[in-house]
Amino acid sequence: MAMESAEIERLIKSALPDAKVEIQDLAGDGDHYAATVVSEVFRGKSRVQQHQLVYSALKGQMGGALHALALTTLPPE
Amino acid sequence: MIYNSHARGTLNSAMKGSAMASIHDQIQNVINENAVVLFMKGTPQAPQCGFSGQVVQILNHLGVPFKGVNVLADGELREGIKSFSNWPTIPQLYVKGEFVGGCDIVREMFQSGELTDQLGKAGVPAAQPARG
Repeated sequence: MAMESAEIERLIKSALPDAKVEIQDLAGDGDHYAATVVSEVFRGKSRVQQHQLVYSALKGQMGGALHALALTTLPPE
Repeated sequence: MIYNSHARGTLNSAMKGSAMASIHDQIQNVINENAVVLFMKGTPQAPQCGFSGQVVQILNHLGVPFKGVNVLADGELREGIKSFSNWPTIPQLYVKGEFVGGCDIVREMFQSGELTDQLGKAGVPAAQPARG
């Protein structure tokens, strides 16, 4: 099972409309991604809370269809 | 603060509520009784996943004593820890009952020195890592 990077980006943006999302397909196998997500929503939140927002945007796909997503989250500068 | 959101957790429908409650109690006991707990795939001596192995390496590098809990040994635990922490992946690091994060966050905090600071605040002796 794999997931297109465009689908990952769509899910994240549907939950965090202001997000800037950059996704790299690390292994070229549609299964191991690194994503950087920049959103105002993250400001003042802990890293755990920031990542939980992204995981929740992915609607349970993380750990399932989406095997590996290295996440970096931050508020806009 | 503990991320212990039973209500929002991804409860596996195959699991009865009572079984999940009891596995959550067991997890709570383990993190109450051990200052540093790593829920991981495999054991600290033989990690069975690269992400778990990375966190083991970081803790060893810092000279932090920790309890490793192998979630592969128990399917209920493997699902239970995800709903307990509201976190979809393994490994998961707890310090003094608080969920610190998974592999990405632990690595980021190690590199910035925040992990050593947090361990120090929690009263866990950690050797100062070489920075550079």
